[in-house]
Amino acid sequence: MAERCAVVGVGQTNHSSCRADVSIAGLVREAVDRALADAGITIQDVDAVVIGKAPDSLEGVAMPELWLADALAAHGKPVFRVHTAGSVGGSTAIVAAQHVMAGIHGTVLTIGFEKQSDGNAMWALSVPIPFGMPVHAGAGGYFSPIVRGYITRSGAPSHIGAMVAVKDRTNACKNPYAHLHEPDWTLEKALETPMLWDPIRFIETCPSSDGAMALVLMSEERAEKMSGPKAWVHATAMRSEPTAFAGREQVSPRAGEMCAEDLWRKGGITKPAEEIDVVEMYVPFAWFEPMWLENLGFAPRNEGWRWVEDGVTEMTGSLPVNPSGGVLSSNPIGASGMIRFGEACMQVMGTAGEHQIDGAKKAVGHAYGGGSQFFAMWLVSSLKP
Amino acid sequence: MSEADGIVRLRQPIGVEYSWSAGPNATSHLSGLMNGKLIGKRCPSCTLVYFPPRNGVCPKCAAILAEDVEVGPKGTISTFCVVNVPFLGQKVKIPYVAAQIVLDGADISMQHLIQECEADEVRIGMRVEPVWKDRSEWGPTLESIAHFRPTGEPDAALGSKAGES
Repeated sequence: MAERCAVVGVGQTNHSSCRADVSIAGLVREAVDRALADAGITIQDVDAVVIGKAPDSLEGVAMPELWLADALAAHGKPVFRVHTAGSVGGSTAIVAAQHVMAGIHGTVLTIGFEKQSDGNAMWALSVPIPFGMPVHAGAGGYFSPIVRGYITRSGAPSHIGAMVAVKDRTNACKNPYAHLHEPDWTLEKALETPMLWDPIRFIETCPSSDGAMALVLMSEERAEKMSGPKAWVHATAMRSEPTAFAGREQVSPRAGEMCAEDLWRKGGITKPAEEIDVVEMYVPFAWFEPMWLENLGFAPRNEGWRWVEDGVTEMTGSLPVNPSGGVLSSNPIGASGMIRFGEACMQVMGTAGEHQIDGAKKAVGHAYGGGSQFFAMWLVSSLKP
Repeated sequence: MSEADGIVRLRQPIGVEYSWSAGPNATSHLSGLMNGKLIGKRCPSCTLVYFPPRNGVCPKCAAILAEDVEVGPKGTISTFCVVNVPFLGQKVKIPYVAAQIVLDGADISMQHLIQECEADEVRIGMRVEPVWKDRSEWGPTLESIAHFRPTGEPDAALGSKAGES
């Protein structure tokens, strides 16, 4: 029988395109100090540290966990580095939760970060693969043909991606930590933005951001002694699959479906769209919102785009998706998954401020990475499991 | 070196050089490309043909790929992207079409460049064929093929084995 685990502190940086005012260590410490203050503990109270970021090449810093140990007061404590590409923020939080659930540590600090301005992610994600044809163009170049596949098979009209983008950019204006605060987008203006990776428009792509998210997780025994709000971890799930294999369903990868099925089973959820109050979903390109609505079992196959069009995923809809503004408004890659997980916690803790969904009791954090091949999810609630 | 709000920032370029051992499974594929041939590998378990043979292991069965299979040269576009975004290290002039192509006889797509037609003429199901560079430029790389171009044949439906959307 696993121990119960609660998130008792959430802290994130003010994300932006270039945090020239801090080093990587300073960026990470900003999120950590906010998470510790939110929890009402000091860094000395932490038993173990679990840290995650996306590929080292994104900042050109190898093994940052080595030189971040001092900034995190990790002398004499275990430090783990997790790496699962873009999903890393999610899987890092899951590893931290598992340390608590396994009864190994009572208080665990976990951090996801990326300082994209220190490197060049577009370059790092476009390095020619030896012996291949050098036509690959970053993450957008990889995901654009898959989006085309979704549009073709679902019959979705071409404005759906822009609708998602306008929603998320509008939501972000309610989130003081979001990178982009652009209140003036309309669907009409969004549709006029240029096609970068046809069929993906400029408005439908995430920004490059500097940022970090930190969470404090505790065992039930310790969490009970804390007076602040808590997000109880009801279930976690991770699944992977190869980048490419014959017959692979790239639009709705089987590993993503399995990850969600596992989460619903462990969390006792039989009707996700009815039982979940809010979702923080990993949507770096707008079309992935309808695609993941289907992949995760919220919407029927080929119907996800209709939910977008009907406003189901707006903050006022029956299944709000990304009230924080999501990855489309802030994308420090290695932190983005943990921001989803942390924002899900904030919703059930009632601490999301202007982008709070009133009365949210069950929230889902979701992250994916690589060539849509690593999936991480958790289900948190204001109520104990 | 630059300063933002009095904070010093240093610019430090980095570079990487490395050697890569192809191993026996990728060697026949790469030798093929040096000789104008498209060689893939068949999985002894599920019988599907991989081009390129990736790491020499079937990603579904974990079986070691053994039998060489010549594929193509023609193929069908399974999906594609029109690249309009410039970036550091880019080798092809924008806009260009990067397409996933399932070569005849192969069961998985590979990515290559489409030329000799307008970007807005490219479509899923379009039949294409390779245009090889001059023989003196052939090497152990898909860059031995300059690009693919439309054959003018009727569009093809992709087999279910290829399955990629």
